[in-house]
Amino acid sequence: MTYALEITQLHKIYDNGFEALKGISLKVEQGDFFALLGPNGAGKSTTLGVVSSLVNKTKGSVKVFGYDLDTQVSQAKCLMGVVPQEFNFNMFEKVQDVVVQQAGYYGIPRDEAIRRTEQLLKQLGLWDKRDDASRNLSGGMKRRLMIARALVHKPKLLILDEPTAGVDIELRRSMWEFLTRINEQGTTIILTTHYLEEAENLCRNIAIIDSGDIIKHSPMQDLLKTINTETIVLNLQEPLVNLPEVEGYHLLLVNDMHIEITLNQGQDINNVFVVLTAAGIKVTSMRNKTNRLEELFVNLVTSNKTDLQGVSA
Amino acid sequence: MSTYEIYIAYLTIVRKEIKRFMRIWVQTLLPPSIIMVLYFIIFGNLIGSRIGQMGGFDYMQFIVPGLIMMSVITNSYGNVVSSFYSTKYQGSLEEMLVSPMPNWVILAGYVTGGVARGLAVGTIVTSLSLFFTQLEVYNLGIIILVVLMTSILFSLGGFVNAVFANSFDDIAIVPTFILTPLTYLGGVFYSIDLLPDFWAGASQFNPILYMVNAFRYGILGVSDIPVGYALLVISAFIIALYSYCMHLLNTGKGIRK
Repeated sequence: MTYALEITQLHKIYDNGFEALKGISLKVEQGDFFALLGPNGAGKSTTLGVVSSLVNKTKGSVKVFGYDLDTQVSQAKCLMGVVPQEFNFNMFEKVQDVVVQQAGYYGIPRDEAIRRTEQLLKQLGLWDKRDDASRNLSGGMKRRLMIARALVHKPKLLILDEPTAGVDIELRRSMWEFLTRINEQGTTIILTTHYLEEAENLCRNIAIIDSGDIIKHSPMQDLLKTINTETIVLNLQEPLVNLPEVEGYHLLLVNDMHIEITLNQGQDINNVFVVLTAAGIKVTSMRNKTNRLEELFVNLVTSNKTDLQGVSA
Repeated sequence: MSTYEIYIAYLTIVRKEIKRFMRIWVQTLLPPSIIMVLYFIIFGNLIGSRIGQMGGFDYMQFIVPGLIMMSVITNSYGNVVSSFYSTKYQGSLEEMLVSPMPNWVILAGYVTGGVARGLAVGTIVTSLSLFFTQLEVYNLGIIILVVLMTSILFSLGGFVNAVFANSFDDIAIVPTFILTPLTYLGGVFYSIDLLPDFWAGASQFNPILYMVNAFRYGILGVSDIPVGYALLVISAFIIALYSYCMHLLNTGKGIRK
């Protein structure tokens, strides 16, 4: 099977001796929407940097749709589009020129490049800004410009390094819709993000990287199933002083208007409502305290840190 | 990439580079023109009229080829060093590095941009010099060849400087402390026959001497250095610098992490 991305035993040691990647291996299937998560400095951007040829690897192999980056770099690069974390276009260039030029670097004739640029800028809501200097765009527009630029040569693999960082929620949602659409059209997407809700909503497979190692690599659903506990917050209609006990459940009165319930896997929340209703406590609404993936992510990273400390001790 | 796609990628960089220096012509084309007019007035007309002849020609006629060459050198170098460093500094170099474009195309694109600016300024300065003196063409082929080779050489030099530069100060150090002294000591304003033997010998190590003299030969028909030898030296420098630039690009020195 040919993977969209196949990383084998990838190592990266920077000149200052810092080992950013400790031999990671990763496979991303064609058509996947894949999340690469990890805390700051875990090695996400280094991994994507090596894949996009911006960072020299120390050893290991990277293949893009079967093309080895060491021996078939041109073919591999033709199939990839990269949206980096930092704005990296010429701030003095016009919006349209940024995209047209990028098409030129991929050998796309100018007429065709202009046509594709118009199409992408319209899809991403930037067509009205096409003649503006790119430095005058808002943060969200700059991110969209980088997406347009990465897509102009019609890549089969799109790599996005925190594409929605600093983008307001409305715009973030419209970007999610756009990315979902192009994924449905066949583009494989690899995403890093700090918004775990984003990863949970969009991605089918996930890898968590920490301290240069992959500590989890599985389908999103399988990972979410491993969550043992879930914390629910109940919003009350009236202030509460004495919290009733519910046998087998852990309830906490956070303040007089909020109760937190920690549910273990398989526990039924209706049992809690029965007791609360009997005590005359009215609940107006409820919500998850944290995103499920966020809870799992924090647990995994924290336990990995503890393991590492144990090893070094 | 096919040959045609490579050609388009190359043209894209060249177009971008020419557009850049044309857009900021007040910074790129106007200052060298004004400076050269001042050289023509002060060194050529005012002081030159008292100096008399140099190498069998009016002093003004003697210095014009050197001044044209000086403009070509500083502008070819300046264009590549400032443009490539800005690209690196802003991060937009990554646009090229992630693309399938071969490294030699990136280098060729920037060098062509430097050559284009060198030729543009050289043409402007040559046109302006005609207001002050008569220029004859002794050997058009040599003129074209020397200007092209010189601008290629200094564009490559500017590229090396830009790769190693970590700040805007770094891109000013080489032109100020190396390029300008070498140009002034490269026989622009005098014939090395005037120098004591030791300094005339030391001047032979200055590559700019060969360019200025070869160009002067193309215009006036006189040179302190045999023209064939000068062309050989310039070619050797081009090959050495090109190889070094390619080594830097292929290893990612100063460009990739």
